[in-house]
Amino acid sequence: MKRSLRTAVGIAGAGALIALAGCTTDPSVEQAPEAGGEESASTEWFNQELYDKQFKEREVTPEGPEDKPYLQMINPEMQDTSEHASEGGKKVCFANASISNPWRQTGWITMNEQLKELKKGGVITEMETRDAQDNDDTQIADIDYFISEGNCDGFIISPNSTAAITPAVERACETGKPVIVFDRGVQTDCAVTFIHPIGGFAWGIDSAQFLIDNLNEGDKVVALRILPGVDVLEQRWAAAEKLFDEAGIEAVDYFTDADPAEIKKIVSDELAKGDVQGVWMDAGDGAVSAIEAFEDAGKDYPVMTGEDELSFLRKWKETEMTAIAPVYSNFQWRTPLLAAEMIFKGEEVPKEWVLPQSPITSEDLDDFLKRNEGMPDGHYAKFGGEDLPGYPQVWQDRVIP
Amino acid sequence: MNSLIRRAVDPRGAVVVLLAVILVAIVVLNPSFAEPGQLVRFIQRVAPIAIVAIGQYFVIVSGEFDLSMGALVTAQVVTSGYLIGQDPSKIAAVLTLMLILGVLVGVVNGLATTLLKVPSFIVTLGTMLIIHGAVMWWTGGAATGDPVDSFRQIGRGGIEDVPVLGQLPYGVLVLLVVIVAAIWLSRRPFGRTLVAIGDNAEAAAYAGTNVWRTKTLAFVISSLSATVAGVLLVGYAGVHPSVGQGYEFIAITAVVLGGVVLGGGRGTVFGALTGAFTLESLFTLLNFTAVPSTMRDAIQGVIIIAAVAYSGVVFAKRRSTTSTDDQNPGRAAADDENPTPGPTTTPTPTSARDSSPIHPSGDAVARD
Repeated sequence: MKRSLRTAVGIAGAGALIALAGCTTDPSVEQAPEAGGEESASTEWFNQELYDKQFKEREVTPEGPEDKPYLQMINPEMQDTSEHASEGGKKVCFANASISNPWRQTGWITMNEQLKELKKGGVITEMETRDAQDNDDTQIADIDYFISEGNCDGFIISPNSTAAITPAVERACETGKPVIVFDRGVQTDCAVTFIHPIGGFAWGIDSAQFLIDNLNEGDKVVALRILPGVDVLEQRWAAAEKLFDEAGIEAVDYFTDADPAEIKKIVSDELAKGDVQGVWMDAGDGAVSAIEAFEDAGKDYPVMTGEDELSFLRKWKETEMTAIAPVYSNFQWRTPLLAAEMIFKGEEVPKEWVLPQSPITSEDLDDFLKRNEGMPDGHYAKFGGEDLPGYPQVWQDRVIP
Repeated sequence: MNSLIRRAVDPRGAVVVLLAVILVAIVVLNPSFAEPGQLVRFIQRVAPIAIVAIGQYFVIVSGEFDLSMGALVTAQVVTSGYLIGQDPSKIAAVLTLMLILGVLVGVVNGLATTLLKVPSFIVTLGTMLIIHGAVMWWTGGAATGDPVDSFRQIGRGGIEDVPVLGQLPYGVLVLLVVIVAAIWLSRRPFGRTLVAIGDNAEAAAYAGTNVWRTKTLAFVISSLSATVAGVLLVGYAGVHPSVGQGYEFIAITAVVLGGVVLGGGRGTVFGALTGAFTLESLFTLLNFTAVPSTMRDAIQGVIIIAAVAYSGVVFAKRRSTTSTDDQNPGRAAADDENPTPGPTTTPTPTSARDSSPIHPSGDAVARD
């Protein structure tokens, strides 16, 4: 009797679990059209002040040498660095978040070529790098290792995440040596300079505005996002979603981990549901498989926003689709070392060094394809290393240093 | 009628019911899914997962695990991208190399498990990390460049102008070949011995079975299936180090969902296949209903627990009724309706089968 009771309870429990697994899909059936739930998540990332600032910065003509975008500055507030000026060869210590995507790999190659060039000048003679492999704890340990080692003349930090790395950056600042932060930010202004392109909102505005201009009200856009929770990526989507909402464009977003198989399945399912007029991406990795999903389903090409990764630019050229490639300026990987040299020389640098960030449009597509001829698919068109001695061989071989 | 209900309640029948329910739900949400052209594309998409699940079946039914599959899929995808590149003349050579790599991984897994007596969970976890590490070292975490289009056609293209279907993808044909080969293998002495070993390796050894050779072969089959899946995936999607990630768990979920018992000794190729289709249909349903993809892992987790709990409970109940009322004939009849006569034709005596460690294996799942 006891045993059969237990069995019955067990079956009921297991049945409920299976039913539960089935049911979890049901409530969202009603939610799907308004894409509810997700909106609240993106408003957390939306920051009107930053949005307005970046909106304006897109239109500013940057100061600096015209043929050297990596030295240009938008609205710079220069500051004195003479306290860090000193003679002799310097060793910089670089705490890198990771080289786990093609964008970071391209930048890392460029940075190493820049280093070779700077060594000739005799100011920066050595760079020690530790790679955190996308892990906050590892990066904190890396920075602390540099500090305790005690022979770094300056720090360059590309933070893995904003909040977690902030205390470690502050500890580096306390050594009194110059600290340079680039790419993702931290919640402290103790660094001598923070180098970054305009930002995620600018990306979202450029890309969403292009789709809105080329689509009609009521059209559908599939948004393919890499992963949640990273500020530079979330800001891209926060801006785009706001603009889509205002323009009456229906946008559904998915997380893909940049897995092309996942992207293709998602786009195929969306195409099976109904027509899709636009594709928006928060990064170009995997863009080609989204386009191939349209080809394989026998549908017209969508209006699309990708990135300046060559795989996308080449596919864009080949298919002659209506597209734009927003850019998260890869040439920013050159700037930190150049800034370090300026600081050791006691030259002025801006507290916040905002680099230009302008998308590749159909007008300059051919130009960028020509400049990057022979480069591998994972290379980024705006890598900005054309005037370095290793060009083009080093980037064509793409051997990760 | 009674037997129909019994079959639906049976864990192996339940997954078919679940699959049918999900497919109906998809069609209700999106009627065009039922068109032959769409359905065949869906099968093309499931093919890599189904093939991996079938490969995993051979290992699991022999009482082991293969966690290295996903990493191997990734390795094969990256290998084809790097080595074939844009040169079609290299396809044959690289394909051979990939098959050799597949066999090698299988042999290492098999021999370390059987001769060195390291639990397969640990061995394949190790090979998973080794392969994953090698791929990361080779690519730095991001791959560049797809292989030449003619190679990608295997996973992307198909035979054009087929009546009704429109296009018959090569992936579907590859899947059919794999299914036929797997069912044939599972009915050969090899397949039956494998089930016997999974049920009771000691008894099988006393009966004259060469346990280490049979198990090693199972690991080789599993690695080869990962290789085939890799070839299909590089065509379907292209080269990226994230392709294939998590495939080992999808395969294990599919196999368990299909009524194959973790710990070995019970299950069919058809079950693994149905499990794979059920899982992928579920993911498709989630896409159609716009469930956040971040929820998927959670749903997969609930399903794997529910499926194992369900079959554990049903088998336990059946065993208790068998011992009191002796309904063995009825049970044998139910087993006979199985598409592939796996467990029933086990050479081990019936008594040994009845005392098969269903509960211990259920516990093992919980521990893992």
